[in-house]
Amino acid sequence: MTAGAVAQASPATWDWDIAQRMMPELLRGLSVTLQATLVGITVAMVLGLVLAMARRSSLPVVRWPVVGFIEFVRSTPLLVQLFFLFFVLPDLGVRLSGFTAGVLGLGLHYATYTSEAYRSGIENVEKGQWEAAVACNLSTRTTWGSVVLPQAIPTVIPALGNYLVAMLKDAPLLSTIAVLELLAVARQLNSQLFRPLEAFSLAALLFLAVSIPAAILVRYLEKRYGYSRE
Amino acid sequence: MLSTGQLQQLFSGAWITIQVTAYSAVIGTLIALVGGVASLSGSRLLRWFTRVYVEIFRGVSAIILLFWVYFTLPQLFGIFLTPLQAGMLALGTNMGAYGSEIARGAIQAIPKGQTEAAIAINLSPFHRLRHVVLPQAVVLMLPPFGNLLIEVMKASALVSLIDLSDLTERAQNLRTLRAATSLEIFTAVLVLYFLISASITLGVRALERRFGRGLDVGGGLGGAVK
Amino acid sequence: MATRENEPTSDGESAGGRPSPERPMVRFDSVTKAFGDNVVLDGLDFEVAAGEKLVIIGPSGSGKTTILRVLMTLERPDSGMIEVGGEHLYHEERGGKLVKASEKHVRRVRGKISMVFQHFFLFPHKTVLENITLGPVKALGVPKDEARERACKLLELVGMEGKHDQYPASLSGGQKQRVAIARALAMQPKVMLFDEVTSALDPELVGEVLGVLRDLALNTDMTMLLVTHEMGFAKEIGDRVVMFDNGRVVEEGPPRQMFSQPREARTRSFLDAVLDHE
Ligand SMILES: Nc1ncnc2c1ncn2[C@@H]1O[C@H](COP(=O)(O)OP(=O)(O)OP(=O)(O)O)[C@@H](O)[C@H]1O
Ligand SMILES: [Mg+2]
Repeated sequence: MTAGAVAQASPATWDWDIAQRMMPELLRGLSVTLQATLVGITVAMVLGLVLAMARRSSLPVVRWPVVGFIEFVRSTPLLVQLFFLFFVLPDLGVRLSGFTAGVLGLGLHYATYTSEAYRSGIENVEKGQWEAAVACNLSTRTTWGSVVLPQAIPTVIPALGNYLVAMLKDAPLLSTIAVLELLAVARQLNSQLFRPLEAFSLAALLFLAVSIPAAILVRYLEKRYGYSRE
Repeated sequence: MLSTGQLQQLFSGAWITIQVTAYSAVIGTLIALVGGVASLSGSRLLRWFTRVYVEIFRGVSAIILLFWVYFTLPQLFGIFLTPLQAGMLALGTNMGAYGSEIARGAIQAIPKGQTEAAIAINLSPFHRLRHVVLPQAVVLMLPPFGNLLIEVMKASALVSLIDLSDLTERAQNLRTLRAATSLEIFTAVLVLYFLISASITLGVRALERRFGRGLDVGGGLGGAVK
Repeated sequence: MATRENEPTSDGESAGGRPSPERPMVRFDSVTKAFGDNVVLDGLDFEVAAGEKLVIIGPSGSGKTTILRVLMTLERPDSGMIEVGGEHLYHEERGGKLVKASEKHVRRVRGKISMVFQHFFLFPHKTVLENITLGPVKALGVPKDEARERACKLLELVGMEGKHDQYPASLSGGQKQRVAIARALAMQPKVMLFDEVTSALDPELVGEVLGVLRDLALNTDMTMLLVTHEMGFAKEIGDRVVMFDNGRVVEEGPPRQMFSQPREARTRSFLDAVLDHE
């Protein structure tokens, strides 16, 4: 699968020229990584909420498959799931672009995590709130939309922030299904120029330049707004 | 349907997956324990060093780390790494960074009175850690470590990208050979991964019971790793 | 360095030490300890003779616990000196000068002291027997078998025979505290510190622990420092009572005199409040 670089006998030294030549393309790759993450987290946030609500359904035929789906998806590798969406679905007649398959895969995988966060958020809404909604004769829809979710979702936001950062770290997996994001660009540059040192080190540094501030920001917000992840 | 031969291939791939996971977990756990202790040490330099390590190895994506380790380390130091070594190193150091934070939290959660009682019977700092604090902290660490181990197992699929014949690589291989329908292959592979995960979960529960002797297990730390 | 430990270090009249026929077992020399602005020990001086049973009383927050914790090296004093059995605890002599002691020195001197806590702090992951043998085996290097044998004797002493293999979680408060006492005794300390060891117990369990303490006080020549609110008990076993407030010793004397005719108004009002309560 990979253009295997031959291990060299003598240590290589950093070449600034090459590094500079690589930068523009790597930056373009990074922006694709970020886009995939943003679309992916949106999918995960919406789908996770749906899963969390479905999991509370009073119908076992809805509840159990949802529980099974969540357990199964979060116990198996995202990489294999991406391969499934990108390589297996076409055999079943569904052809997705790499990017679509990628954000769908990220979204599905992380929806199983976010659904757990929503679930605890929803469970933390007092029981009395549901009872009050019944007492006011609200419809199920209004109860969810106007009573429960407005109270549950703010408490879930820090956890979602954490998953955003986690998803960012998984977005480079999309390089394996023909998405030209950061790591794919690095691999491409490496096979063109045979300079793994610059290609992969720059990719790692660029990545860290985004992920560390993002993680610190999320942690700060978490502390500042004082919601616990429980 | 998959033939016996094909299933056998998948099983031997699963065995590689288990091995990569196990080796990485050993490295990761060692780093986590050392890192957890170091991040609470009296030495500022040591604390600072651990902090930097954790931020970098947790911050970088596992797949980028793997490529960096496999392609760049050999170049930098003029050494040769087998795919297995590179995989263990990347996944282990990555796990170690997450694990250090778990270990730190668990150690901090042990009441101060325990250390004070250990001082009152004049144990050395090492013995205090080894016989009093860590055995209790480990019980708190187990549930989140179980989750972390499953993440490592899942991440082990990445080694298929550096030509290690793990479960994922076998699946891709069978698919390109058109040996069976891709749906069958990937369903089988996902089920195998699921079974490995489930075994890990059961194993960790058993450990929790075993290590929990005398302790109020339950409560514990939040399990979220991701 | 190695020989130093055996040298009789400039005995007795060390830096400003007043000559006394018998060296005190514990000596505080203008010990100061503050938490932020809160000065808890304010140039504290006092001595405890070898074998003496000293009872420390005083209002809540007056620093009684802090005295014991500083002696146990759980808190480091800001200034001043502490001697235990004629040796400096936080200082050691190097090249004729007193300097900050090494960790090794502190550990060696600390070996003469052990402490029993208000909240027991038994090791929950170890059985009763393991709780007691841990220190002797790991800190004193006693062989396991011997440590176990001695632990059994100690368990008998505190009336806990037959509970060797239980975990602390299954014991009552009084039983836990008796195991904790055995654990401290197993270190064969010269000085034992007891910080309100019955305060966390249900009233009906106080007696069994006091009984053990009484035995220890009357039948051993260990030096004991006891912080307690059990005035009747203090009167019975104390050689001397120290009333403590605002980081200083207010008054001291034999229990009989302290409890019946305290000289200081502060002591009187404190005792009135406590005894009223009982
Ligand atoms: N670790 C600490 N940090 C800050 N302040 C402390 C600390 N330990 C003790 N103090 C303060 O020092 C003072 C003396 O505390 P100490 O526990 O020695 O009192 P005490 O005489 O034992 O009281 P009590 O009878 O309530 O046990 C108190 O004002 C307490 O708040
Ligand atoms: Mg106290």
